[in-house]
Amino acid sequence: MSQTGSNKDVSEENLPSEQATAHEGAMGVPPRTKSLGEVADDPFADPGLPPHEPRVQDIDKRAAKRSERTVALLFTVSMLATVGFIASYVVLPIDKIVYVWPFGHISALNFALGLTLGLALFCIGAGAVHWARTLMSDEEHAQERHPIEAPPEVKAQVMADFKQGAEESGMGRRKLIRTTLFGALAMVPLSGVILLRDLGPLPEGKLRHTLWSKGKLLVNQNTNEPLRPEDVGVGSLTFAVPEGLEEDDHDFQKEVAKAALMIVRIQPEDIKDKRELDWSHEGIVAYSKICTHVGCPISLYEQQTHHVLCPCHQSTFDLSDGARVIFGPAGHALPQLRIGVNKDGYLEALGDFDEPVGPSFWERG
Amino acid sequence: MKKLSARRRHPLAALVVLLFALAVTGGLYAAFAPADKAQADTTAQSLAIEEGKKLYSVGCASCHGTGGQGTSDGPSLVGVGSAAVDFQVGTGRMPAQQPGAQMPKKPKIYTQAETDQLGAYIASLGAGPIKPTEDQYSPEGANVAKGGELFRTNCAQCHNFTGKGGALTGGKYAPELDGVTPKHIYEAMQTGPQNMPSFPESVMPEKNKQDIIAYLGTVASGESESPGGLELGGLGPVAEGLFGWVFGLGALIAVAIWVAARTAKAKKS
Repeated sequence: MSQTGSNKDVSEENLPSEQATAHEGAMGVPPRTKSLGEVADDPFADPGLPPHEPRVQDIDKRAAKRSERTVALLFTVSMLATVGFIASYVVLPIDKIVYVWPFGHISALNFALGLTLGLALFCIGAGAVHWARTLMSDEEHAQERHPIEAPPEVKAQVMADFKQGAEESGMGRRKLIRTTLFGALAMVPLSGVILLRDLGPLPEGKLRHTLWSKGKLLVNQNTNEPLRPEDVGVGSLTFAVPEGLEEDDHDFQKEVAKAALMIVRIQPEDIKDKRELDWSHEGIVAYSKICTHVGCPISLYEQQTHHVLCPCHQSTFDLSDGARVIFGPAGHALPQLRIGVNKDGYLEALGDFDEPVGPSFWERG
Repeated sequence: MKKLSARRRHPLAALVVLLFALAVTGGLYAAFAPADKAQADTTAQSLAIEEGKKLYSVGCASCHGTGGQGTSDGPSLVGVGSAAVDFQVGTGRMPAQQPGAQMPKKPKIYTQAETDQLGAYIASLGAGPIKPTEDQYSPEGANVAKGGELFRTNCAQCHNFTGKGGALTGGKYAPELDGVTPKHIYEAMQTGPQNMPSFPESVMPEKNKQDIIAYLGTVASGESESPGGLELGGLGPVAEGLFGWVFGLGALIAVAIWVAARTAKAKKS
């Protein structure tokens, strides 16, 4: 029964050549040791299955009983954990916070529910694995594979049946039926295609225009007050929205997503781009806050380098040089809004952006 | 006493009493006069500037220049104000240990008194933001929800939604805000240290700053509640998903391999 107690120490009659004859056709693991002479004869001899080894539980009735009790214990713990889950759901208030190392100050309810449900599921799994490994039969069985290809006579029969069916249907003779059938089959998918029209109205001009227009004041998003040039210091960062846009407006999110501005002040002599300087007011520049790559809000402004970094894909723009792209996947510079000062001394827009804000699209131009 | 009483009718007695009265009046005046107090204050101020200048010459002048005018190694300090000094020195960022992309926070070197003296000297070089008083930065009674909104608009892009910090370009980073004192948060917003933009009074009033400080006290202090626990840097579901897939599934695979690798056979091979 157990001639090969260990594969490392194969006795003479279990060497590959002997096994190949003893277990003809059986499949199994290749042997780990071979002698040189036999390798030359048949290097790929099938050693067959090693003889079956019993487990402690197969030999010892008490060990089997112990395993049975262990499995039953695991299933019982799972039941108790489920009871614990229901109890914690009922008992614990939703806002109770406890300190549990290393998680920190966490919700007692979350912790109790997770712990009990985890324990309940784990114990079912562990019990099942222990059951299968120690008590269920572990006799090895080899199942022979069969060829995938059908025998030639079956193939011939199928081909003959198909040919007979084609003749009986008259596909070859009744050309009218054949042609209209092909037409019908070709037309049917059009119903699916036409439904794609419901994917949404066409964007039309929406991608090209924002709420900004000539004379609109720049409103500070923190205070909801219009900005004056003297409010904006060098090195500061301010976010502005067009006047008249209220947070409880129905389309606030849609509009602010296009119109959001970041306002910074750069010493006019540090501005390298001539158009940027022309469109600024005494070094105060207003740029779109929407990244031109895929439209993330972008405002990681470094006041010493004047770089703006997009947190999504690391596109970097140089605000002192026309918001040129200096790193990353963005395709073009951030759009700049032309600003000036009205007669009351407030910052105002001198028109809409002259190009679409946000990510590129086919017809952007 | 008897001797004194016996001479009370002496011709010079009146003169003595008069002199005595004058001396007492003068002495009292000298002790309580408000003008004198003002005199003492300016002395303390100029003394602080004097002391601050000495500390500056030893600890700061090598990079920022002997008069605070700046060199190739450090920016000019004219006009940065005492708030900037209190932030940079009070959080240990200055004096810098070595040049680099950004000066990290480290244990502070100067005491609060010395920091104030340095601040007084730097403030004397040019007008700048003044170190805030406690009622300016105290989050007492501030609106936490409004603070959260302001934080997400103005700060979260670099410092993360719960102040966990994040990376910037070229080795720079926005630091974690856990455990930063209200005073230092206020000063940072006021002055814009290093590459952080400033949020001056004109665009972010004191009240807004207090709201932000109150919000940070709620989400980014050691005692902050986190119902889910194990925040993994507060980066959100992507980081949590990655952790689950890599470490959660990895642990399950490891357990499966461990179970399968152990033989159930009676004879261990």
